[in-house]
Amino acid sequence: MKKSLTGKHTVPLLLAPYSIVFLMFIAIPVIVAIGLSLTYFNTMNTPRFIGLDNYINLFTNDSVFMQYVLPNTVVYAVFVGGVGYLLSFFLAWSLSQITRWPRTIMAIIIYSPSMTGGVLLSTVWNVIFNGDRTGYLNYFLMKLHLIDQPVQWLQSSRFLMPIMILVTLWSSMGVGFLAILAGILNVDREQYEAAYIDGVSNRFQEIIYVTIPNARPQMLFGAVMACVNTFQSSGVGVALSGSNPTPNYAGQLIVTHIEDYGFLRYEMGYAAAISVVLLIGIRLLSSGANRLFGDRD
Amino acid sequence: MKLRRKRRLRAISCGANPQHFDRSQIRIYLYLIPICIVMGLPILFIFVNAFKPLDELFAFPPRFFVRNPTFDNFSNLFALTSSSNIPVSHYLFNSVIITVVTVFASMLFSLSAGYALSKKRFKARSLLFQINTIALMFVSVSVSIPRYFVVVYSGLYNNFLANILPLLCMPVGLFLLKQFIDQIPDSLIEAAVIDGAGDFTILRKVIVPMTKPALSTVAILAFQSAWNASDASSLYITNDSLKSFAYFLSTISSTAGNSVAGKGVGAAATLIMFLPNLIVFIILQSRVMNTMAHSGLK
Repeated sequence: MKKSLTGKHTVPLLLAPYSIVFLMFIAIPVIVAIGLSLTYFNTMNTPRFIGLDNYINLFTNDSVFMQYVLPNTVVYAVFVGGVGYLLSFFLAWSLSQITRWPRTIMAIIIYSPSMTGGVLLSTVWNVIFNGDRTGYLNYFLMKLHLIDQPVQWLQSSRFLMPIMILVTLWSSMGVGFLAILAGILNVDREQYEAAYIDGVSNRFQEIIYVTIPNARPQMLFGAVMACVNTFQSSGVGVALSGSNPTPNYAGQLIVTHIEDYGFLRYEMGYAAAISVVLLIGIRLLSSGANRLFGDRD
Repeated sequence: MKLRRKRRLRAISCGANPQHFDRSQIRIYLYLIPICIVMGLPILFIFVNAFKPLDELFAFPPRFFVRNPTFDNFSNLFALTSSSNIPVSHYLFNSVIITVVTVFASMLFSLSAGYALSKKRFKARSLLFQINTIALMFVSVSVSIPRYFVVVYSGLYNNFLANILPLLCMPVGLFLLKQFIDQIPDSLIEAAVIDGAGDFTILRKVIVPMTKPALSTVAILAFQSAWNASDASSLYITNDSLKSFAYFLSTISSTAGNSVAGKGVGAAATLIMFLPNLIVFIILQSRVMNTMAHSGLK
């Protein structure tokens, strides 16, 4: 083993600040969530140990969870995570095919929606999907005579989910997208030349045999970020419709289900059980992504 | 035959990152430009709406562009006070403090931890980095309830620091910095040690100058999470004078959103929220790209 470059005595000091916030806001909350998930806790009385009852209830008794929340989350994750990821690769690749200045300007335009997270997202889109006739979409569709009556886009169980997906996709070209773009730009030109000599003959083969293998670390990073973004943005349905639960549970996702039980019904134990299920799900997804793009040797 | 080879060579010359405009790029522009317009419209809309006088905001039929731009919305915004008589500028001031402290502290925290994990040899080193890599996937909203208890029991409830501390833990930041510091040759640090430099001199004089791109990336991420944060204000803080501007914006857009004055004020506040994000990103974007090229997940 190699010798330390300077003394070891400063290691605790160097690590302390980060470790403390890591413990406080990631490690301990996860442990507390696991602990609470085995109890009944309504914030008034002390938590009462009930074993795995919360989990059993979640999967057998919670009809809202099985009927709306889980299917919604799967649909949302496939579109926002999966399609969003493909889209960010496609856009990054396209940008890498043009010259520097137009690329920089377009990259800023495509990235900028990701800065509108949280509060901004709903203030921007509420105006467009406004339910009365002054809403831009309603006005536009009425002018084209596609609809006669203004549609309550954000209160409708039919349209809320597609709108959520659209809005989140719009705002999902963030750091992951930039990483993929940088990864593609960083591929050596010689790699392409060698590949063409070896018989690669079109753009599609070029992407499969040169671009993706060489940009794999950044692609993996992008996949991780896409996954995080998918779940982190789960509040979008509540933000757009203005209510939790969302109308007819149309936009209810696991995260909003947790908030519904935790902050509105004060069933903390049950909410914690849902959190644990979500954390396990995310963990499985990430190892899946790892298998897809990680080093195979 | 010769012609075909020539064409093939040209195809090679634009594998990625072409230096010059080429006819083959036209088809890329053909779909990229419409995509950019669609993605940019709502952003443009933020700008346009903030300068619309009230009669244009409520005009029927709605118009996209502004006819008589005015600063009325901004002056109305700053004349406004919240329900508990706190002026808007106070929230703005809170947000500036939260953001500045978060940006610098998270750079410092991630940098010193990244340095220790990269250049020091100690037992738990690789384990700690692995834990952090797993935490890259951490979704903070999933544990908002246990976090709430941590805040309450650590005495941070209703404390201004509750706005800042949860944001300082950025696994992505530590990850990027550690990967970047890995690329600094040990010999540079050894040379500094021979010159008698301690760890903190090395951090300041060697590591910081050489990790500027990664530090800018951490700064941008910290900036965006701090400036746009409203969660802490709504969950951990009941004292109105300690809340952030983003929280204030969420209250005007939900309560006064449909009232006549609220809409104009909301549009102005939205622009004030968005603009700093954009400016900071434009200034730092080339460095961000540089970082991303050198540190994927390996």
